[in-house]
Amino acid sequence: MSPLLSVRDLRVGFGHDPEVNQVVRGVSFDVAAGETLAIVGESGSGKSVTALSINRLVDFGGGRIVSGSVKLKRADNSILDLTAATEPQLTKVRGAEIGMIFQEPMTSLNPVLSIGTQIEESFRLHRGLTGKQARAAAKDALDRVRIPDALRRLKYYPNQLSGGMLQRVMIATALACNSRLLIADEPTTALDVTVQAQIMALLAELKRETGMSMIFITHDIGLVAGIADRVMVMQNGQAVEQGELNQILDHPQHPYTQHLLHAVPHFASGQAARTDGKRDSEASVDPALRVDGLTVRFPVTSGVFRRPAGAVHAVEGVDFDLMPGETLAIVGESGSGKSTTARAILGLTKSTRGTFSAVRQEASARQSQRPVQMVFQNPYASLNPRLSIASILAEPVIAAGGRLDVQTRDRMSMLIERVGLPSNSLDRYPHEFSGGQRQRLCIARALMLNPSVVVLDEAVSALDVSVQAKVLDLLVDLQREFNLAYLFISHDMAVVERIAHRIAVMYAGQIVEIGRAAAVLANPQHSYTQRLIAAVPTVSRRKEHFELDTRQVPSLVRQPGFEPAPADWTHFGADHKARTEAPPYSQTAG
Amino acid sequence: MRILRAIFGHTSGRIGGAIVLLYLVIALLGVMGFTPHDPLMQNRLDRLHSPTITYWMGTDLFGRDVASRLMRGVGQSFTVAFLSVAFASLAGTVLGLAAAWFGHRLDGIIMRLMDVLLAFPAILLALLVVAIVGPGTWTSVVAIGIVYTPIFTRVVRGPALSLKARDFVDAARTFGSSRTYILTRHLLLNLVAPLTVQITLALAWALLTEAGLSFLGLGTQPPASSLGLMLSDSRNLMETAPWLLVFPGLAIMVSILGFNLLGDALRDILDPRMRRSNP
Repeated sequence: MSPLLSVRDLRVGFGHDPEVNQVVRGVSFDVAAGETLAIVGESGSGKSVTALSINRLVDFGGGRIVSGSVKLKRADNSILDLTAATEPQLTKVRGAEIGMIFQEPMTSLNPVLSIGTQIEESFRLHRGLTGKQARAAAKDALDRVRIPDALRRLKYYPNQLSGGMLQRVMIATALACNSRLLIADEPTTALDVTVQAQIMALLAELKRETGMSMIFITHDIGLVAGIADRVMVMQNGQAVEQGELNQILDHPQHPYTQHLLHAVPHFASGQAARTDGKRDSEASVDPALRVDGLTVRFPVTSGVFRRPAGAVHAVEGVDFDLMPGETLAIVGESGSGKSTTARAILGLTKSTRGTFSAVRQEASARQSQRPVQMVFQNPYASLNPRLSIASILAEPVIAAGGRLDVQTRDRMSMLIERVGLPSNSLDRYPHEFSGGQRQRLCIARALMLNPSVVVLDEAVSALDVSVQAKVLDLLVDLQREFNLAYLFISHDMAVVERIAHRIAVMYAGQIVEIGRAAAVLANPQHSYTQRLIAAVPTVSRRKEHFELDTRQVPSLVRQPGFEPAPADWTHFGADHKARTEAPPYSQTAG
Repeated sequence: MRILRAIFGHTSGRIGGAIVLLYLVIALLGVMGFTPHDPLMQNRLDRLHSPTITYWMGTDLFGRDVASRLMRGVGQSFTVAFLSVAFASLAGTVLGLAAAWFGHRLDGIIMRLMDVLLAFPAILLALLVVAIVGPGTWTSVVAIGIVYTPIFTRVVRGPALSLKARDFVDAARTFGSSRTYILTRHLLLNLVAPLTVQITLALAWALLTEAGLSFLGLGTQPPASSLGLMLSDSRNLMETAPWLLVFPGLAIMVSILGFNLLGDALRDILDPRMRRSNP
């Protein structure tokens, strides 16, 4: 029996001369009916272009299929070569036979149409349904992707739904016409871990129900284990290895696959946690940073006269201390207040209440007025493109009242070398550096003033997995060398496990659990931490069944004058405590 | 250097740049007095002479050399245009940066004021200013400057708002960089490209507005010469001495064409979205 989709020696190029600028260089693979193929690779490996070539969407991005064939077995068992198909033929195939979901659900939906209208559109186009029939079909589609209260949600606009909900809507739209092949291009990359787990579970269930085939594109080899039957690893536009899931994960042949599997941080439930922590129970060292009852509230106003109607309690009574040379990781999903905590400590957001005190490192030649420095998430946005690297590194010194003298230049050269960049970098401009190198520059800039605390806000999240590992190693080295305290904010548990001594889990603006990294990861006590850790994809969890959970994060908007109940902590051994849960939460958490 | 080379490589940039350069030379010669004849000297014997070897563009009703007057006029028009655009870009940049940086009420006040100014047609607003202050060279500069300030304010405010939210500005705040440093190095430096384009295009409009004001007798005052004034003088002699009309008219048209071509080229070159395709 011939496969559903058969790709042979596919070559795709871009630009004026697609023959020369080939991005995909001779890729061949088959997808059988009901099978899931995962395409794994880093950015620029050609994995997305390969997928976009299958339904010829690549034509709209300026790409051209140079040679090769993409044969699709259609519903009537005829075979169509998509590389030679006409545009009207392709329009019939797209949607009806090949569905697609994209990375960014927020930008894939039209913001001025209700989601009901957009799903109905799909039914109208492909199945000719109209009016009541289309509406009923749309409701069924939302039911199928497990959106609770589907009939009411049809009238919602995209901005009223969360990212996870929108991705479900996208899946519902893609499945509207019972397409037999679904192409999912990094469908969960923009989502939180817990939401990611739900989407993965949903895709797995839908696949079982409908028997469709799927091409799943991802950079995270950990995700693959949960869903794929076969895996294809891509690098530089070529498929370096492909085969059965277990064979690839357990006996990788190609060095690049081995590198992906071993060099990259993988979550190991606390077994890979750092052990060089030196927090002694009664050490006489003062903490580098002490945060006490930090609270950030944003006022909400309503009506013509801007009457205060309440406040968003973004961060509520957060306290922790951070020892020199120690990493505290703050984990939690988006909207949990972890970034706001960091911004408040840096003074970028005004805190409503609470104190924080940072201690200067004692024997520093140039005493800094600002002992806390920060590295941002996006290395492309955090360096001014118009300034040379020397000016960028000099800025903190100048801001602190220093001058661009020999001493400053020496420190620049030392740090540039220390973060692993060529010594001639100082005269160059940010656009000449890659993402990983830029992040190294940001780290060097943060160290210019000899800080005692560095806040790393998702500092490696925007980087490719193998670059991520190298930057993490650099951070650990620098920490040992300069006795730095890190406040490491991340949503990625595998990365956190690599770098953290202690972990604080934030949920809805509060710390719900805090303690030694190994203890928190191996033995989570709060129900939210448990949920979070259960959702982390790992290589060892093959085809594991995730529980579908459609619970939404509670609203953080409170009435004026609302004060939360004081925290009640339950201790689990030395340096590990969790917030005692109120009964209603633990009941629904079951 | 890189930009000059890019302009030379761009078709409309090459043409526009050559025209603008030619005009700058003419304007400079005119202002410095290196003209074939004295632009103010009246020669009764050579009244309304058609173009000859001596008088390249003929003479006017008072026997003054049109070519010399044209050179002086280009100098005058360019001086007014450059000064008024300098005024507008300076005022607009300061107002735009202030509106973007301080936001809230100040933003509202500045931008609504600019909306009011924008609501008037350019020439009408310039007329209004001149009517209040009285005609003259400096009045034209201020009047035209005020007319084009709102455009610069808008051009600066939009990108400044988005730059203000960029991570490198946040990073600068965490170092404790001063407001002046952030505004100049992080905001203004990144606004150089759009401002350059806008200045070039505004020069074209300013030339036209200056010509308009002078034509209406509210800009440069006789006996000094300006392109608009020469056009105005030629109105009644259109049939007997068409050279009086043709040369100043062509001079205005070609200068505006030059600045527009150069502005378009600069926009292509400096726009980062364009840069990716031709590096």
